[in-house]
Formats: sequence, structure tokens, C-alpha cells
Amino acid sequence: MGLELYLDLLSQPCRAVYIFAKKNNIPFTFKPVEVLKGEEGERFGKVNILRRVPALKDGAFTLAESMAILIYLSQKYKTPDHWYPSDIQRRARVDEYLSWQHVAIRANGVKLFWLKLAPEEKLQEAFEDLAVSLKQLEEKFLQDKPFIAGNRISLADLVAITELMQPVAIGYNIFENRPKLSEWRSRVEKFVGKELLQEARKVILSINDLSNMPLFKLFKTFGV
Amino acid sequence: MVVELYLDLLCQPCRSVYIFAKKNNIPFEFKHVELLKGEHLCEEFDKVNLLRKVPALRDGNFTLAESIAILLYLSRKFNTPDHWYPSDVQKRARVDEYLSWQHTAIRAQGCNFYRTKVLMPLLVGKPFPAERLERAVEDLKSTMKQFEEKFLQDKPFIVGSEISLADLMAIAELMQALGAGWDVFEGRPKLTEWRHRVEEAIGKELFREAHEVKRDGAKMFVDAPNETQRLTWC
Repeated sequence: MGLELYLDLLSQPCRAVYIFAKKNNIPFTFKPVEVLKGEEGERFGKVNILRRVPALKDGAFTLAESMAILIYLSQKYKTPDHWYPSDIQRRARVDEYLSWQHVAIRANGVKLFWLKLAPEEKLQEAFEDLAVSLKQLEEKFLQDKPFIAGNRISLADLVAITELMQPVAIGYNIFENRPKLSEWRSRVEKFVGKELLQEARKVILSINDLSNMPLFKLFKTFGV
Repeated sequence: MVVELYLDLLCQPCRSVYIFAKKNNIPFEFKHVELLKGEHLCEEFDKVNLLRKVPALRDGNFTLAESIAILLYLSRKFNTPDHWYPSDVQKRARVDEYLSWQHTAIRAQGCNFYRTKVLMPLLVGKPFPAERLERAVEDLKSTMKQFEEKFLQDKPFIVGSEISLADLMAIAELMQALGAGWDVFEGRPKLTEWRHRVEEAIGKELFREAHEVKRDGAKMFVDAPNETQRLTWC
């Protein structure tokens, strides 16, 4: 039995895992989990007791948390060094971003996504919080480098781009008036490749009407 | 030039970094950043960490934020014993899994509880709103349940038979609640036993040293720009 990846491409961390596995030709069985349909039931509970996507199953070994999954895949399948550099200072830059983003970009992006249905002031607050995170992303993590860890793309850029597509998908072009971030985005997308990106984003970009979705399901899908 | 660690032992991740460095005899210079005096908000500290949070590290020209990144960097640079961050890919993944989950779980709920119970009254000069505290307590209880059932299970430590970075991060978070007057270990025998094992693995003296934070509880921030910055210091 080979590697199984339990993913719902509506979710940002799932997209990051999907793109990484595909880009690196890692053989896996795609196990779609449609969180909005409540598919994270008993069966899925055996794969991930936390019942959140993404999740991995490799024989008897199960694993949750996209960061852990990405690093596991990079080590097990010996992906090119730039994804998670062996140089300890460059690697530290990736770790630093992956750690920070949990309660910064990820938290703010998620809030903005589901707050689309909420009152204007809450939305404005979420926007401002995200703007602060984006500023930190540019000034602290990117600075004048082409990618977060230096000259080459890494897991940090992949995780960042998938998170930032979430607000874009619901109509907030956060790249507008942010030339540095836009240029970085183009570089990342060029590396990943149009086709793979489209494949990964197919689901999220076709999500038009959030208003019929029960809020609790929205929260669960997007890890709130 | 020796590694500089910018820490305030009031903050949980700082204690994890401190304990790790001391336990592994990593030579470092302790740079005290007093959060209650707003020292993390000054220009001088910006040179070390633009995010204005502790812990932070400086190693020559290299600066680094985020406790997890710092712990991993130190473990690699100083070749610490394998059990802290195992080279076995699956055991390592278990540590990564915990370190990732805890951000928005134990850490988030733990910080929220501490902010509501201790910081808010301290900084704002008013007692905490009862319903908020109740909610913070319930959230933390629910997270601790997940911690026991998913991460600890029946193992002596999170990753198996030896202490790792995961246990180190977890214990610091849970001790914060203790420091706020809630014995989260009471009535939780499994968690209590795990705590004793972790303390023993670290060494009782070092554990106590890291947790005896001497501070004047009445001190307020000085020149702190706004409420949010005061309350999100690490």
C-alpha cells in the first residue's frame, strides 16, 4: 500500500501539500475529503484523530499538520535541496516563516475568508490585521530577496502563496498596490507552473456562493 | 562571538529556548528583554527582530525569530542529542506535527487564558470579565484533552520513550497556566505523570530556575504604542 494523502483542495494547507507532491513527482493516492459535506467522519478519524485535513497515511504511519507532512515528504523522497535547504541558516529562515505564519498570514487570511459574510466593521478589522501581516511578510521575510529563504523557492514560499490565494479567491486582490509582493508571486507561480497551479486552485476558484454554507462547516474547512 | 539569546522568562517559548540551551551546555549570552517595560518595542531591538517579539537569536550577522526556528537552529548548530529532534523521519514527523499544531491550540488557548486572567487586569487596571475567563478556561481544557488523547496517548513522552522539543514547548505552555493560578495538572493523572517525567529529564534545578521569574507585577509598559502590541509580545 503506497502513500495516501487525504486532502480537500478548498483548504490552503492541502493545496500546498498537493502542489509539493505533484511538483516533485511523489507517487501518492489522492484521497479526496470534502469537509463541507461532512466527510471527516469515523473512517477519516482513524487517519487523523483531529479530523482535520490535510492528513497522510504511509503504511501504518499516519500524520497530521501540513508543515509536518511537507517536511516528512521532503526528507523521505529526498526532494531538491532548495525546498528545505540543508544549510542551517537558510533552513532556519524557512522554519521561521512556517512558524510565524500560523498565527499571522494564515490566521488573518482565514478570518477574512469567512468574515465575508459578517458585518462590515469586522471585515474591516480583518483586512487591517491581514495588511499588518502582509507588511511583515514584505519587510521581514522577503526584504530584497527573490524568495523567503534566498535565491531559490522553498516550502515557505509554497505555504505563503497558497494562503494568500484564499482572500484572492473571494474577490480581495491583496496583491494590488503591493508591487514587491506581486513580483514575488509571479516568481513563485512561474516556478510551480501554470498547469499545476490551475489544477490545485480549480476548487477554490470556483467557489462562488459562500452564503449558503453553514458557518461551522466553513470554520472547520478552513481550520478556524 | 557567542550566540545571543534575547529572552524574557515571563514568556513560555523563551523558557523552552532557555532550558534547551542550558541543558545542552550551549554557550550563549542572555540578553534580557523586559516585556513589562516595553523593551521589545524599542528601535534597538528592531535590529534583532522586526517582529518585535521574544525569543530572538543573534549569531554574528544572522538574526532569527520564532522559538521553533531557534530551537531547531540550535539543535543543528550544536549537534544536540538525537532525541530532542530525532533523525528518524517518522519520529521527527511526530515532533513537527506537535510543534505545528500547538500554535493554534495549546499555545493560543494558553496565551488567551494568561492574557485574560493576568495581563488584562495588570495592564488595564480592571478585573477580568468572568464570561471571557470561563470561555478561555473551557477552550484550554478542550485543547488539553486533545493533547492527552492525540499527542501523549499512552507514551511516556510525546514522541515515545525520550523527551523531545515537543515536550519542552508543551511544558512551558502548561506551566504558564499554573503561574496564573490554575493548576491544570490537578485531576489529570496522566498529564501529571508526564510533567514529572519532563521535569526529571530536564533536571529539577534547571526547571525551577527557568520558572522562577522575578518581576514586579505592578510594573506597566512604558511608551507602548497600543494595546495590541502590549498584549502580543511573544
